[in-house]
Amino acid sequence: MSTAAEAPKPLTKKDLTADHPTWCPGCGDFAVLASFFKVLEKLQIPHEKICTIAGIGCSSRFPYFVNGHGVHFIHGRALPFATGVSLSRPDLHVFAFGGDGDGYSIGGNHLDHAARKNVNLTYIVMDNFVYGLTKKQTSPTSPKGFKSKTDPTGAIDQPINPMKKLVYGGASFVARTHATQVKHMMEVFERAILHPGFSVVEVLSECVVFYPGAFDAGNPRKGGAFDLIEERKWDDTPEDAERHDVSDENAAYQLASLPFPGKFGVFYETDRPTKNQLEQIWIDASREKVGNASAADLLTTRFAAMK
Amino acid sequence: MSPLATSEPSDITLDPAPSSGATELQNAVIRFAGNSQDGIQTIGGLLARLAGRSAREVMTYMTIPSTISGGPSIFQVHLGSGEVLSAGDESDFLFAFYQHSYDNHIGSLRPGGVCIYDSDQVQELKGDLDALQVGIPITSTTVEALGGSSRERGKNLFVLGLVTQIFKLDREKVVGLVSRQFGGKNEDVLRNAMLAFDAGFAYPVGDLLRVEYELQQGKGSAADKVTTDGNTAMVLGLLAGGVRYGAAYPITPWSTIMEQLRVELPKYGGLFVQAEDELGAVAMALGFAYSGHTAVTGSAGPGISLKMEALSYGTMAELPLVVINVQRGGPSTGLPTSVEQSDLLQAIYGSHGDCPRIVLAPKNVADCFYTAVEACELARTYSCPVFVLTDMALASRIEAFEEPDLSKHLHEPTLDLAPRGEEFKPYPLDGPTRHAPPGSTMTAGTYPVVTGLEHDEWGHPSANPGIHQKMTERRREKLKALGATLPLPETFGDENGEILLVGWGSTWGPIREAVGRLREKGRKVGAVHLRHLNPMPNDLETVFSKYDHVLVVEMNDEGLYGHGQLATLLRARHCDPKIRSICKTDGLNYRVRDIVSRVEAATEN
Repeated sequence: MSTAAEAPKPLTKKDLTADHPTWCPGCGDFAVLASFFKVLEKLQIPHEKICTIAGIGCSSRFPYFVNGHGVHFIHGRALPFATGVSLSRPDLHVFAFGGDGDGYSIGGNHLDHAARKNVNLTYIVMDNFVYGLTKKQTSPTSPKGFKSKTDPTGAIDQPINPMKKLVYGGASFVARTHATQVKHMMEVFERAILHPGFSVVEVLSECVVFYPGAFDAGNPRKGGAFDLIEERKWDDTPEDAERHDVSDENAAYQLASLPFPGKFGVFYETDRPTKNQLEQIWIDASREKVGNASAADLLTTRFAAMK
Repeated sequence: MSPLATSEPSDITLDPAPSSGATELQNAVIRFAGNSQDGIQTIGGLLARLAGRSAREVMTYMTIPSTISGGPSIFQVHLGSGEVLSAGDESDFLFAFYQHSYDNHIGSLRPGGVCIYDSDQVQELKGDLDALQVGIPITSTTVEALGGSSRERGKNLFVLGLVTQIFKLDREKVVGLVSRQFGGKNEDVLRNAMLAFDAGFAYPVGDLLRVEYELQQGKGSAADKVTTDGNTAMVLGLLAGGVRYGAAYPITPWSTIMEQLRVELPKYGGLFVQAEDELGAVAMALGFAYSGHTAVTGSAGPGISLKMEALSYGTMAELPLVVINVQRGGPSTGLPTSVEQSDLLQAIYGSHGDCPRIVLAPKNVADCFYTAVEACELARTYSCPVFVLTDMALASRIEAFEEPDLSKHLHEPTLDLAPRGEEFKPYPLDGPTRHAPPGSTMTAGTYPVVTGLEHDEWGHPSANPGIHQKMTERRREKLKALGATLPLPETFGDENGEILLVGWGSTWGPIREAVGRLREKGRKVGAVHLRHLNPMPNDLETVFSKYDHVLVVEMNDEGLYGHGQLATLLRARHCDPKIRSICKTDGLNYRVRDIVSRVEAATEN
């Protein structure tokens, strides 16, 4: 039995583990889940305050595998649902998960608007460049020439550049990592979670069944290069001027324009008021203006004004 | 006055009054016809409010063009000292601002009516028109009164002054309302408004009219009534019902609800969000609901169509959500500023899958308040989406009604984050839905995932055929349980006899008046009006069996098989071939005489 004086039991990975994931063996998403657990364990967020929300897709099954309050919503709409949770429940830590189809295709409009409004939540995209749940159709990030069931002779449409979309959209924290680089993934997850505002991490997470080898070019073990962004240290050294200023939007675009596999790390980070803060200012001002009146008094006054 | 007497203004005499004094009017239907930017809605609204203050009955009717600015527009005010149920089929007084207003509306004047037109703008139609026509140089007199600088603005206030003079309205009260309307703006605005008003009030119209009029005082309660439109009443009902969060996307005629909620909710510590689109709006609203709040979203037909997928999630995950549909003419963009009741089947069946949800419809402006309160309550009790089907007519119509008793109709929302014990099951087969909003501790250590996949009692996804069968039954049976609690609607008019009229929504007033007129003609007629459309109350057949004809009056199409949307449902449920339809889709409210003649035609032997 616990006593009042006893400190709350620390949150462990074991507490957070739910059903065994139904992902295919070798899926990149396993590592994303494991990293997420480790970061939560490190940050010791109260268990009941964790809320994970997802749409539809392989990676969108994420909430089932986290033992925490979770929502498996409809295709493409995880972000507006999560916005509702975040705006009305400042006590919670809200996480949204999904894939490239859910986030960049059917939910693409919501991503732009959650970003520009700077809703306080963390969004992790597991991008595998293919539709996996529906068994290999072209995704909005499939490169030109990728052969799928909907493009048997190779994809013809220019793919979305997620990093450009996110920076353009106004996300206040934009980072990119690779599911095989667990240490790096944990670092950017932690920074994303601690960032106040709309933070997004794009994770290259391989679909070993429908697009094997898609991200080998970014994986040193497969002969690729995992090039990290060097961030400015502001140490007044000549070499520092060559490093990346995360608050520089144009520099972020330049990084996003590098040919695949490009660079990894934080592309953009800025500190601007969240929608949560701005709405709260208006709520507080409105409450003050009415003298913190009760609902009954407010309605009675309103009726009187309509007589 | 007998409750069955109609409010048809047939008792007005416009013949010269005896020298003893003014002609007493029990009712007056006044139509203002102009353009949408002339501010005729403003004076119509002021008159409606004045009527509410004088304990008179009032109902208004407005058409607005769907163009951005300009275009013909009318505002009709029906003032009465008895019960006023409709905006009036014909007008007793017409104020015409332009030639097109005059040409299009002179026909709406009842025989012997009075037309006052702007002689600066209108060429009078000569001929054998049975009306008193009076030309007044409204434009030039107003310009003169305002010092010639304000062009044509202020004509509406000039006309309000005329009306105040003609009907011997309480000038002090009118001026008080004008001051409240314009006082918040800069001083010039109020001063100009008063200059125009006084010019109209002082205009020597008495000589032209030959007759003096006076509206009888109402016999209602002495207390001032609340005077407002249906969308505002809906907003207040949502606030009283405990809604503190909502999200939506602008669309006519829903927008004025979201605009008001956006401003009002923060005063209550809540929040309303303008979302990026209809899909985002309903998703956000479901996010609020999941978080433990009573939430609302709303739209009109095109937007409601877009919300349908997410609303099926609301049924599956059993989340409480109030959804307002301010119906307009469809399909597609249709008639954005016209009235129609063609979204009933969409509200009930519009989502994929077997997707039961509650559907309610208010009958008048006051009922928009009460229906919103009830919708909030039902959403919480039955944990599912609850549709409220209002319409364009109710949205913009102004009525006066008794102030609601907040001691009976106020819900103070609370957020229940108490720990949930080991026995927590969100979807028990033998009990009501339970929620564990995020933030509540699960003492057994296992946290719930709310899902749109079929699931068992604990919310775990399951494709087991037996579970899908049982959970489908569960979602259906909880609404059947609601249906069993609903009282039969009360019958208006004859309790049995020849004809029963069945209606829903904003047609309540005209149907009631039609019952009165048909009974005056010697027919045995009753009417029931359904507020609960899904589920409906049980045992309606016991009412139907008392009449030879059951005629369902609706503003929608008779469809491929000859029955309107409610009639289709009633025939499906009651298998009674005597249930027939009176339908129309001209985008206008039913006139009482249309219902009367359609009923007579349908019941001819």
